[in-house]
Amino acid sequence: MPYIPTRYFCLIAALVTLAIAVSARFATNDYFFFAGYVVLQYVVMATAWNILGGYTGYVNFGTAGFFAIGAYSAVVMHKLFEPPLVVSIAVGGVMSGLVGLGMGYLTLRLRGVFFAIATLALAIVLQTLITNWDFVGGSRGVYIIRPANGPFGHPYIQYLFLTMLVLSTIAVCIARAIEHSKLGYGLATIRDDELAAEAAGVPTLKLKLIATVLSGALMGMAGAPLPYYVTYLDPSSGFNLAFAVNSIAMPLIGGTSSWLGPVIGALLLATIQQIATVTISSALNLLIVGVIMVGFVVAAPNGIVGLFERGVRARRRPAKKEAA
Amino acid sequence: MSALLKVDKLGKHFGGFVALEAIDLDVTPGERVGLIGPNGSGKSTLVNCIAGALRNDSGSVHFDGRRLDGLPAHTRTRMGLARSFQLPKPFRSMTVAENLHVPALYTVNARHGQHLSHAQIDARVEEVLTQVGLHEKARRRPRDLTQIEMRKLELARAMTAAPKLLIADEAMAGLSHSEVDDILALLMQLNAQGITVIMIEHIMRAVTSFSQRLVVLVAGRKIADGAPDDVVRNPEVVKAYIGE
Ligand SMILES: Nc1ncnc2c1ncn2[C@@H]1O[C@H](COP(=O)(O)OP(=O)(O)OP(=O)(O)O)[C@@H](O)[C@H]1O
Ligand SMILES: [Mg+2]
Repeated sequence: MPYIPTRYFCLIAALVTLAIAVSARFATNDYFFFAGYVVLQYVVMATAWNILGGYTGYVNFGTAGFFAIGAYSAVVMHKLFEPPLVVSIAVGGVMSGLVGLGMGYLTLRLRGVFFAIATLALAIVLQTLITNWDFVGGSRGVYIIRPANGPFGHPYIQYLFLTMLVLSTIAVCIARAIEHSKLGYGLATIRDDELAAEAAGVPTLKLKLIATVLSGALMGMAGAPLPYYVTYLDPSSGFNLAFAVNSIAMPLIGGTSSWLGPVIGALLLATIQQIATVTISSALNLLIVGVIMVGFVVAAPNGIVGLFERGVRARRRPAKKEAA
Repeated sequence: MSALLKVDKLGKHFGGFVALEAIDLDVTPGERVGLIGPNGSGKSTLVNCIAGALRNDSGSVHFDGRRLDGLPAHTRTRMGLARSFQLPKPFRSMTVAENLHVPALYTVNARHGQHLSHAQIDARVEEVLTQVGLHEKARRRPRDLTQIEMRKLELARAMTAAPKLLIADEAMAGLSHSEVDDILALLMQLNAQGITVIMIEHIMRAVTSFSQRLVVLVAGRKIADGAPDDVVRNPEVVKAYIGE
């Protein structure tokens, strides 16, 4: 594939976003927006997870925690000021980013499975805190009244959909920019070998903190619109296991080595889940993810992108031999 | 002349096992020092303590007039202290050339008053790869390299950091006679450019021909330090090696 500079990539991404936004105007059924919102939310989540999990090699099991911090930040903001959605998203991002920083300081010296367990523990601690915080509804949950219309006059669900569309574009552009930057090189050295990275001058702790903050902030931003989407939020839905499982499974299925993998994985898995929810039952969603993930771990450990690259290489090789 | 590297009463233990005990070592700028000792005598552990991959439990390390204790490894590399690993640790997801881009970006370009452009980095990487004889493998990944090429990559990565002091931990193990000579010539050439070199080696022919001074570790203690000819005749050294 020819190398496309990041600024052109982002321009193309913006155009694609615009095209989707314009064509979505022709959707007649609100269901399209409800389903599309969830799919795009997972594009953000999978992309965010992959910055730490794929690029840096640190597996975060606590994604639901970051996501829920975003959602509950929006609840707090809503109860205090009822600010515009963008403000809640910004606050959700900052809060999750800060928690990412704190988590990073406490846990990034742990390696491998110990780090993963620590992130899971963090999510559980956060859930316990929220469950006991009455201001945001505690264990009973909280109702949020969704405005009828967005700021541009169309139904609010369309506005939520567009917001998530823009967020996913931003997330993908960030991921792609990192990949081809000095930071991306640095993160890859951490994934490959931390001692060697330090010996080559890479400030590993600092870069890991940058990755956790970025990843956490994006997850928080993805979670912030949730209260308006579900209109009733309680800890068990905000911290739902499905968020954690999906945000890990999607990059793994799509491929963790580039921005494209999480996007493909999210589009594919989230769409299948949306279809299954309508046609069979939402209870099957996690089972579907589990089965697909086991299949990929066995048959294609480098994900769909990896399969594709292998196909390309296999086709090129015989051609080269003939030439020689 | 004042020492470039000054190790003072350095101690390191793993649990109850004393790996290094009260090691003193001074290296002056431009020197070529050979560090030898039987397997498990603590050579790599000493390198790790100097380079910051391990923390020493006691004593201190000074480099270029600055105390290193407590500083992370990457800061030490940026100060000009580069090392190669005995067991090669390549960045497996990157090409050979990209492996060398890392120290260029993160070490050379992190120093004050220096900023290499992309073109300059490419040229520098190309130059180092040619010096170690890996230029034909520039776009390969470490998994395509032989064990010997992996060692050369290890050395090349340390060289790309443009160090003042280069510590090569068994860079020549497993190499053929002529390849050992190639690497020796390369290290001599680097030394002639002003880089101080500490060489850890089991191949006696290589260490004795290269070193101006030999330091011998046995069971975590320094038992000899001096001119190579004297050191190899030192009865304690002879006993340690024959007793092995
Ligand atoms: N991380 C560690 N934990 C526990 N023991 C260790 C560790 N690293 C080294 N050792 C022990 O410390 C001693 C010194 O090891 P070191 O690797 O420094 O020896 P060496 O002189 O480099 O040997 P070689 O010539 O085989 O490379 C050995 O007995 C080794 O088993
Ligand atoms: Mg050793």
